[in-house]
Amino acid sequence: MKRFFTVLLLVLPVLAIADEARDLADNPVIERRMISLAEKVRCLVCQSETVASSRSDWSNDVRQIMRDKMIAGASDQEIMDLLVERFGKSVLFDPPVDKETMPLWGGPFILLLLGVGVLLFQLRRRSAVVAEPSLTPEAVQRAATLLEEEGKS
Amino acid sequence: MMRFILPLVIFLVLSSFLYVGLSLDPREVPSPLIGKTAPAFSLPLLQDPNKQFSAQDMKGQVWLLNVWASWCTACKDEHPVLMDLAQQNVVPILGLNYKDKREEGEAVLRKSGDPYMLTVFDADGKIGFDYGVYGVPETYVIDKQGIIRDKLIGAVNPKNLRERILPLVEELKKK
Repeated sequence: MKRFFTVLLLVLPVLAIADEARDLADNPVIERRMISLAEKVRCLVCQSETVASSRSDWSNDVRQIMRDKMIAGASDQEIMDLLVERFGKSVLFDPPVDKETMPLWGGPFILLLLGVGVLLFQLRRRSAVVAEPSLTPEAVQRAATLLEEEGKS
Repeated sequence: MMRFILPLVIFLVLSSFLYVGLSLDPREVPSPLIGKTAPAFSLPLLQDPNKQFSAQDMKGQVWLLNVWASWCTACKDEHPVLMDLAQQNVVPILGLNYKDKREEGEAVLRKSGDPYMLTVFDADGKIGFDYGVYGVPETYVIDKQGIIRDKLIGAVNPKNLRERILPLVEELKKK
């Protein structure tokens, strides 16, 4: 009896492995398509991770839904549209350019322009300062005297 | 003078951005479902698998849909708040037991009380997905026409109940 249970325990992990691998073996084409699509979707419970790389429960569900929809014949675009409809544009890692996402896409360029503007302003001001003759008549006099002394020795 | 004011201004602007940024919850994604019709469902009841309940049946009422599960710790925090709310009898709360085991979900309600008008059982989370659920608990405010008016991600507490949910419920009831 004890031996039976030992064997049973040894066999148990195999069941787990078989379960994990089944989906891939079932339909490698769908699986590849699903993974490449899942790489474009943000995992909402883990942030900064894609649904493809996340091990969270939620991502597992989303991957399963993607598989099911693909098997049912949905196109990648249809699946993405469905996800956006449910969870909003923030599920997309590459959000589309539109009115709502303009600050996101345009912001960096506005900051860059501002930076260039400030830089130009500063440079112009500095060159104006540098170009100004800054020697007083006394200083000129003193410099001349010094140069003269240098020439003598 | 400008030399001192400019860095100060930049510092103030940056720190106010940081302050706002830190107070935002990155998990709180605005739901695109607000203002849309609540997805239809027909699900078995948690306590009675033979009976079905559909969202259609709530037409004409303002109601709350509370998504919860026995494995969710924040749900335990909001449970007493929901119990209180149920006692006040201002708005029906419909429970959606999300990706749970039937016995475990039932056990929670038996042990700590049942604030729900009734609870539907969404074993595989399909309906949860339709509602855009990604963090449990979540609470939806749904109006008489069956349109989602607000979605609260995270636990209901006395503060957001008093300041956010109940005023909206009162307003929707008048319509």
